[in-house]
Amino acid sequence: MEVYLDNSATTKPNKEVVEMMLKGLTDYYGNPSSLHHKGVEVEKLMKTARKQLAKALGAREQEIIFTSGGTESNNTAIIGAVESKKRKGKKIITTKIEHPSVLNVYKNLEKKGYEVIYLDVDSFGKINIEELKNYLSEDTILISIMHVNNEVGTVQPVEEIGKIIKNCTNKPILHVDAIQSFGKIKFTPSKLGADLLSISGHKVHGPKGIGGLYIKKNLKVTPIIYGGNQETGIRSGTENVPGILGLGEASKGLYENIDSNLEKLWTLKNTFIEHVKNEIADIKINGYEREGSAPHIANISFLGIRGEVLLHSLEQDGIYVSTGSACSSRKNTKSHVLNAMGLKEDEIEGAIRFSFSYHNTQEEIDYAVDKIIKSVKDIRKIMKR
Amino acid sequence: MKRILIVRYGEIALKGLNKSYFINKLVKHIKANLSDLGELKVWHSGGLVYVDMDGYDEEEVIEKVIKVFGIVSVSPAYEMKKDMETIYAVALKHMQEIIEEDEIKTFKVESRRGDKSFPMKSPEISRMVGGYVFNHIEELKVDVHHPDLMLYVDVREKAYVYSKKIAGHGGLPLGTNGTAMVLLSGGIDSPVAAWMMAKRGMNIEAVHYHSYPFTSERAKEKVIDLARIIATYCGNIRIHCVNLLPIQKEINEKCPEDEMTILSRRFMMKIAERIAKKRECHALVTGESIGQVASQTIQGLTVTNHAVEIPVFRPLIALDKVDIMDIAKKIDTYETSILPHEDCCTVFLPKRPVTKPRVDKILQSESKLDVEALVKEAVENMEVIEVSIEE
Repeated sequence: MEVYLDNSATTKPNKEVVEMMLKGLTDYYGNPSSLHHKGVEVEKLMKTARKQLAKALGAREQEIIFTSGGTESNNTAIIGAVESKKRKGKKIITTKIEHPSVLNVYKNLEKKGYEVIYLDVDSFGKINIEELKNYLSEDTILISIMHVNNEVGTVQPVEEIGKIIKNCTNKPILHVDAIQSFGKIKFTPSKLGADLLSISGHKVHGPKGIGGLYIKKNLKVTPIIYGGNQETGIRSGTENVPGILGLGEASKGLYENIDSNLEKLWTLKNTFIEHVKNEIADIKINGYEREGSAPHIANISFLGIRGEVLLHSLEQDGIYVSTGSACSSRKNTKSHVLNAMGLKEDEIEGAIRFSFSYHNTQEEIDYAVDKIIKSVKDIRKIMKR
Repeated sequence: MKRILIVRYGEIALKGLNKSYFINKLVKHIKANLSDLGELKVWHSGGLVYVDMDGYDEEEVIEKVIKVFGIVSVSPAYEMKKDMETIYAVALKHMQEIIEEDEIKTFKVESRRGDKSFPMKSPEISRMVGGYVFNHIEELKVDVHHPDLMLYVDVREKAYVYSKKIAGHGGLPLGTNGTAMVLLSGGIDSPVAAWMMAKRGMNIEAVHYHSYPFTSERAKEKVIDLARIIATYCGNIRIHCVNLLPIQKEINEKCPEDEMTILSRRFMMKIAERIAKKRECHALVTGESIGQVASQTIQGLTVTNHAVEIPVFRPLIALDKVDIMDIAKKIDTYETSILPHEDCCTVFLPKRPVTKPRVDKILQSESKLDVEALVKEAVENMEVIEVSIEE
């Protein structure tokens, strides 16, 4: 049996998504900017896709631009916002546990003279609102916080932050990296108070190489890519039509089935954690188990085991997971997220991320748990001296 | 006038009656290395090998030829008829080209007259050519002691003009010294050891040990990448991939912890020997260097050596790590070798490995294991990967 439990890394595209993309490559190959019929028909399809994404997000069509993926969305949002606000100040607030497509942008901005505050997280991976309040000042131009952490699934109190900002006189921009929360948590950008919000296609059973950026109406964002002024000039370049159509189709699936999808995800995650907890000793669940956590990520440290070994062992049984840390003994690149949460060395080393999809079945989960129990036992036996 | 690559060989020239065997091998390897560029003419005459590279990308030709073992140096040259007027003209043209590229202020001409029937003697050729170039290029001066550039004129069957001598790796043509089975890890040392033995004319096969799932699948990919780099010097390589984990588990269970590494090493040698015999390889090659790690003490090496009968070559034995790294950089394996992946030796790394093992004591520990069955099983389950240059 093949059980794919690495859905936070990427998801398998839905059948309808692939079919739609195929159409975008075969029949609808026109350039949406062309004046003739071939262009117009593609433009229409793209409009539908934009509507579908807007509907899934709970935003207006005009507030959505398509990008090449989550990384570009995050880059455009941050650089674009900072650039347009540079006269108002140089201070940015973010967290220590953001994705590299955010953190590396900040490293670069720091070199250019911006002051970046990296908020700490507690042992569950959650930031402290009071700490954020303390750092807020007149020259804060941007607050950028991920909605759901990709390694441990912890949900950040974005809505609360949105409310706090509303009362600020200087109105800093709020950017939300919603790449792991889109389709997994019910929200709308306006409810969160987000001015900018990034999503990615391949995390929601859509294609790779396509993403979306929500830009609140009337918010000014300076582009980072220049050209033929596609996507209202913020993201030039001939549109990735098959990708856009695929993302539209994936979004449609999301909003049509969101309630049943979420219910299923919660059931899978809860039974999974329960079983593992009951059957295996010396483990640690990283982040929240239920409330405060996303329904598709469970991060567990198996003490006395190296995550990578368990990963390869499970792979032999057809189970695909991810290590909490991309760690190897020679090059110590341990997870910055688990590190920020204050986990001990062996807890970080033994961490595995299981991430679920609504396509996973209970049977798959049961099979996976059986194999996990067996593998952990075997490995612990070998490593025990 | 043609563009020719003059190829000089070193040690082969010292050979006796079997010299032509070595030269034929050398020519064959040069042709093979150039085969993907087309059918370049390669021939041997008067103690030199020539490659006709007219119409080809010279840098590419040189890069490929220079990797052939046995070559001491190469010179890209102009070939022309033996006529002084022509030689003057070509020498001048060549100097003008070089001055444009590099900042050359002084030069000296050195000539050789292989064809003794040529009317001018070497010093005279040098003087005449030097004078001609000097008279035609204003800013250029002659300096016979420390010239910026040496201009060479060779008069043989044809005449040759050149100025560059690019060093080769030396050694002996591949396949002139049998076949070696290299214990190839993903590290820095073993690819260098393989390269060094290949340089002495040995064909190379490899055995690679992993401990999947305790080691990553990417570690295997890394070894294949390394083999592909070495293959550009020594041709296609067959890698025998052996999973050592079952053996390591047995050792882990039944033997003292501090002997883990040394016992594993003995198994690696035994398995390599078994495969070597099957593949008609004449020796094992390892990347060991004395004192580098716990298992590479003299006592450690003695105990490992004791496990096998066939000769074990350790070309790096007296090299410092920095020297090994320098060679790895020179042969282009370094960047790949330092990629971070687990190897099978680090999985069960004992906290305090024994550094002065004794043969009798190790044999006693080993007697707790069914060595023959474990070796047999490992060889039966191994995976064979053919790595070729073309891929």
